[in-house]
Amino acid sequence: MSGLNINDVSMTFELPNGGSVEALKNINLSVQKGELVSVLGPSGCGKTTLLNILAGFLAPTDGIIELNGEIVKKPSSERGMVFQQGALFEWMNVSKNIGFGPKMKGTPQVEIDAKVAELLDIVGLQDFADKMIYEMSGGMQQRVALARCLANDPDVILMDEPLGALDALTREKMQSLVLDIWKKTGKTIILITHSVEEALLLGERLIVMAPRPGRIHKEYKLPFAELGVGADLREVKRHKKFGTTRDEILNMIWNMEEEIMGRAES
Amino acid sequence: MIFSITPRPASLSEFFWFNAPDGGEVASLLSTTLWMVLGIFVIFTIYMVFSAFSWAIHKLFIDGRNKANGYTSLKTVTFGDESAVEANRFASVASVVAIFFFWGLATGSSLLGPIQLPAPFLGKTSFEYTAINSYGETDKGTVNLLVHTFDDKPVLEKANNIATGFARDSAIKVRERRTALLSAKKIGAKETDGFKIIEINGIAIEPNQIVNFGNGEVLLTAKGSMQIRPYDGMTMEALYLPAPEDVWKSFLRLNKEGYTNVGLWENVFWSLIRVVLGFTLGCLFGIPLGFAMGLSNWFRGWFDPIVEFMRPVPPLALIPLIIIWFGIGEQGKISLLFLAALWIMTIAARAGVSGVNISKVHAAYSLGASKRQLLMKVILPNSLPEIFTGARVAMGVCWGTVVAAELVAAEKGAGKMIIAASKFQLTDIVIIGIIIIGIIGFAIEVLMRKAENRLIPWKGRG
Repeated sequence: MSGLNINDVSMTFELPNGGSVEALKNINLSVQKGELVSVLGPSGCGKTTLLNILAGFLAPTDGIIELNGEIVKKPSSERGMVFQQGALFEWMNVSKNIGFGPKMKGTPQVEIDAKVAELLDIVGLQDFADKMIYEMSGGMQQRVALARCLANDPDVILMDEPLGALDALTREKMQSLVLDIWKKTGKTIILITHSVEEALLLGERLIVMAPRPGRIHKEYKLPFAELGVGADLREVKRHKKFGTTRDEILNMIWNMEEEIMGRAES
Repeated sequence: MIFSITPRPASLSEFFWFNAPDGGEVASLLSTTLWMVLGIFVIFTIYMVFSAFSWAIHKLFIDGRNKANGYTSLKTVTFGDESAVEANRFASVASVVAIFFFWGLATGSSLLGPIQLPAPFLGKTSFEYTAINSYGETDKGTVNLLVHTFDDKPVLEKANNIATGFARDSAIKVRERRTALLSAKKIGAKETDGFKIIEINGIAIEPNQIVNFGNGEVLLTAKGSMQIRPYDGMTMEALYLPAPEDVWKSFLRLNKEGYTNVGLWENVFWSLIRVVLGFTLGCLFGIPLGFAMGLSNWFRGWFDPIVEFMRPVPPLALIPLIIIWFGIGEQGKISLLFLAALWIMTIAARAGVSGVNISKVHAAYSLGASKRQLLMKVILPNSLPEIFTGARVAMGVCWGTVVAAELVAAEKGAGKMIIAASKFQLTDIVIIGIIIIGIIGFAIEVLMRKAENRLIPWKGRG
């Protein structure tokens, strides 16, 4: 079976006071190869836990994850990850950061150099190959992070709020870049975000999660990612359906948070 | 009565012995401290007056001419903005000049030219005394005083003693800042009944009284002899603090001849090589130990008690034990420095590992790194800033420890030179040693910082 399968995954954290928290409960999801899936939800709905389980950093208390028919047990280079920030290696320059994955596998340096040059071109950092990480802006750093992840040619790219720390303008540019990369490379991408607009723009499928216990609340199939490739994202946002879906999801999340507040108060 | 009904205090004394300090001891401790507060305040005030004076000069003649430019000069809020505060180099230079000025002033340095505190009297002086005998007759005698320096060994001219009465003339030599006792027997008390001195230069004197004779003072002792103290000025004796130019001369001599057959730089070299060896050993064992503690539950549990116990023990407290175990040879000193550096480096490396952002570890694993690759390519470079900070601290501690260890026992080394010189009261060599130790300690710190900037430019910018 090809693609990524999440089968009945549950995650329960034991608390030191003897209680427990159901971070995830009975999650079922199938992602086909080449799909762009965005995951949205209020804080505490377990979306980062889910991503950590997909990456193999955490083992679920129940259920299994399968990628191309193999069970996920630990981190591996077939599941690349892009973090919010601070995951680049400051002691290496841009090229070395991007070439880190292939280098760890013992790829010949000539091949690494060719790969790095190609990726620098894709993320638009041709002239920054020898720069150090600390000399670059936040947006450029995230470009490096994307390229570093792509260098390993992973089957799935997991993105944990990769654009969360960027300013609005940079964020818009990076959203276009993510769409470009998706189209050019045909990778499966699962992206976590807490921006509703971003989830709408960067999701063929949009999964809305609900908290306590963390579960899939609703799923949308959306045309905006396809529309946005190579196009002006502001144009896409003016789409009528974009506005109505955004309002619907915002209300949904608003209600979830109200419910949590209400429960906390009672 | 109240105490007798509670048996506790009596039984406690069986377990430990603590002599409660009596009120007098505590009071004297407190009064000493209070006097020190006063002394520190006075010294600090004098220094600050000098500072204010230098500030005025700077304001009047220098500050006006080259107005600061650049971004900081445009800031209107500077008081409270630490980034706008920069060391004024004029002040730094003036401060060092001030220290040398006070040093010169206190020691009567020739460098200061006419600016001098009153010096102790040197040369020839005399006074006249009047004595009385049992018949009530009085007679006058002259005491010729020759005050000479420490190095000078003058031959005393015999007093031109044409005895006319019972009070004899006398000649006496005395070192500057010292006193001389002129026994009454020497000037006539042996031959004259009831010989008693009653006046100095015509001023009446009683036993235990002091009379000033211009270039010094005379104390009449209870037994009727004269204790003569030539004027000792307001400057310090070279024994306590030699003048800067004398220290410089000693430095040049020390450079050429060494002290106790060991060259000055040979001493410094031995101290440095011990520090380098001890520090290197400390790093060699401490860094892997710290990594092990940062990476494994077992090693953290295993080494935690000893590291946490040894960390607060000052290396100096280990010196006696080290001498008992290893004797006074090199092995003991290197061991001591190794122990001084070891715990610091262990803790630094451990902190370096725990400082690794978990995202970096996750990223490395997701990119296909093995454990070994993670350790070498991510954890090691990522902990370098912490390790370097630890290394700077360890170097400083090692340098302090080596000097202290050499004070206790060594054949060569900067500390050994100081302690040997101090036993012969060669204060100039002691001061040279202190200055060199300070300069080298400072140089080590500067070099480590330079190396840090070059080797880990990403520090603080992660």
